[in-house]
Amino acid sequence: MAGRGAHGLALCLALTGAPGATVLRAAEIGDAERGVEIWAECAGCHEIGPKAENGVGPKLNGVFGRRAAALSDFDYSKSLTRAGRAGLTWTSETLDAYVENPRTFASGTRMSYPGLKDEGKRADLLAFLRGFSDRPRDIPEAEPTARRSVPELPPDILALKGDPAFGEYLAGECQTCHRPDGADDGIPSITQWPEESFVLAMHAYKQKLRPHPVMQMMAGRLAEDEIAALAAYFANLTE
Amino acid sequence: MTMRRRGFLGVLAAAGAVVGAPALLGQTKPRVVVIGGGAGGATCARYIAKDSGDAIDVTLVEPSEVYYTCFFSNLYLGGFREFESLGHRYEKLASEHGITLARDMAVAVDRDAGTVTLAGGEVLAYDRLVIAPGIDFVEGSVSGWDLSKAEIMPHAYKAGAQTRLLKAQVEAMPEGGTFCMVAPPNSYRCPPGPYERVSMVAHLLMQRNPSAKILVVDPKEKYSKQALFEEGWQRHYVGMITRIGPDFGGDKVEVRPEAMEVLIDGEVERVDVCNVVPGQRAGAIAQAAGVTDDTGWAPVDPHSTASRADSKVFVLGDASAQGDMPKSGFAANSQAKVAAMVIRAELTDSKAFPAKYSNTCWSLIATDDGVKVGASYEATDEKIASVDSFISRTGEDVELRRATYGESLGWYAGITADIFG
Repeated sequence: MAGRGAHGLALCLALTGAPGATVLRAAEIGDAERGVEIWAECAGCHEIGPKAENGVGPKLNGVFGRRAAALSDFDYSKSLTRAGRAGLTWTSETLDAYVENPRTFASGTRMSYPGLKDEGKRADLLAFLRGFSDRPRDIPEAEPTARRSVPELPPDILALKGDPAFGEYLAGECQTCHRPDGADDGIPSITQWPEESFVLAMHAYKQKLRPHPVMQMMAGRLAEDEIAALAAYFANLTE
Repeated sequence: MTMRRRGFLGVLAAAGAVVGAPALLGQTKPRVVVIGGGAGGATCARYIAKDSGDAIDVTLVEPSEVYYTCFFSNLYLGGFREFESLGHRYEKLASEHGITLARDMAVAVDRDAGTVTLAGGEVLAYDRLVIAPGIDFVEGSVSGWDLSKAEIMPHAYKAGAQTRLLKAQVEAMPEGGTFCMVAPPNSYRCPPGPYERVSMVAHLLMQRNPSAKILVVDPKEKYSKQALFEEGWQRHYVGMITRIGPDFGGDKVEVRPEAMEVLIDGEVERVDVCNVVPGQRAGAIAQAAGVTDDTGWAPVDPHSTASRADSKVFVLGDASAQGDMPKSGFAANSQAKVAAMVIRAELTDSKAFPAKYSNTCWSLIATDDGVKVGASYEATDEKIASVDSFISRTGEDVELRRATYGESLGWYAGITADIFG
């Protein structure tokens, strides 16, 4: 998948390579092919490409030049919403600062990412992202590079409706570490995760597809209805 | 929080119907008194108040204005945290959840009358009582030591002035001096705690006083995360730490605080700092309430954390004897949520769910060298029983250890917000 995305991107850069300062900027930011590998870290939460949808994080098509917290169908943190209202627009400079240390840049962001200190790697990542921003029509005809594909769950499990009251009780166990206000120093935020992403993530831990030992243990003993209940609770938890 | 609001309305309506209406306002609601504002007590008070809205009257009895967490206090000793960062206040419990703060010491419990007497003379009536006093020390546990000697040989096992005293003593050690820890016998608060402390003292000495020595006198054959600590000590503090187990007299120890001497199976060691962590039992009020047994701890029903002696009294955290869970802040916090759920269900019409417990203990061995151990538990009729567990492995790479430490910082922020609001 990553390979196809990278090819498409190379094509995209080649097509747009000639005129225009911004395009030259894009090419100069970094190496988009190397950026694909870094994107794997983002792909747990973000999607990008033709079929991209909002997940735990917003889809990132067209993020360059977009005002922060601008997608009407994504529920952003108060912090980014405020920043967007105050005029924050995503450019190579602002994205670079955000990715370097998300919580320094926007203290209340729910993006559970510790930051990327390596300037060169950030440049590569931005070059990759840029490929999905310059001209939407040039976005390569490939599968989105981020699909939440693991684990494969039967539709009846995904369709389970959770009991939020049960979820509230069970959530007590999560909230010893995961803070309901969305803060994520050292421990990722799970507040307002979309229900399906939540269910998939928990089943991925349960099946030991995701590696973290604490989460494998916690999810390991949750029944399907308990996972659904937690998903229902956290999806609607307000800051 | 949308969920909370919904729960709140339902409970309110029910409470009016169930409880009836005694004459005085404030007695119309069921009353819960919580003794002890630590990880167990404060969490329990907060969850009852938060999840029942205004339907239950919650009073938290705690003499301290600021609570200093025992967990992470070793990191202060190591120089990784400011002392003040361990301090937490109770104001939010009052302002956000309407909990009444009784800033006093509970001195007596009359279970027949359903009352708690405070040191200042006030008497609080309860429908349910939660006892979460943490630990007290077993008298005579270490020959030659009692609480009156704690200014010379600190225990530093209840965070606060004792912790600062111990650090000041370590900092004042003469070059090449000896730090001695008398480690506690089982069962005690925070199983990896003494060994994390040894690591942190070693870290501090390595920077200030690298020729200093650490002597651990230990009555136990083995201890929590032993392989991880021993590997870490070998890696970071070569030649600094010696541990004397029971096979070499670690269980036959006597201290002479005035002379700064430690006798190990009769052999005299002159030391510069001596951290005595004595044997432990449930905090005194648990005994006064008559819920402890001859082990010194308070046996509880694993399904609810209610005392085996009285179903209206719940005992949380270090003070309880529940089965397989360690005595840790995480465990107390976990038990508190089960107790809160059960108490709400008993006093209002909220739903009761099966008990679930979990625990994770992070320890710091050196800069960015974090390890963890954890387990999940379920209630059987006999005990809280471990169902699954994990532990960091020896030989883990540096990045994983760094991430584990980062995670522990996140956990500290998370659990203290969960306890104190």
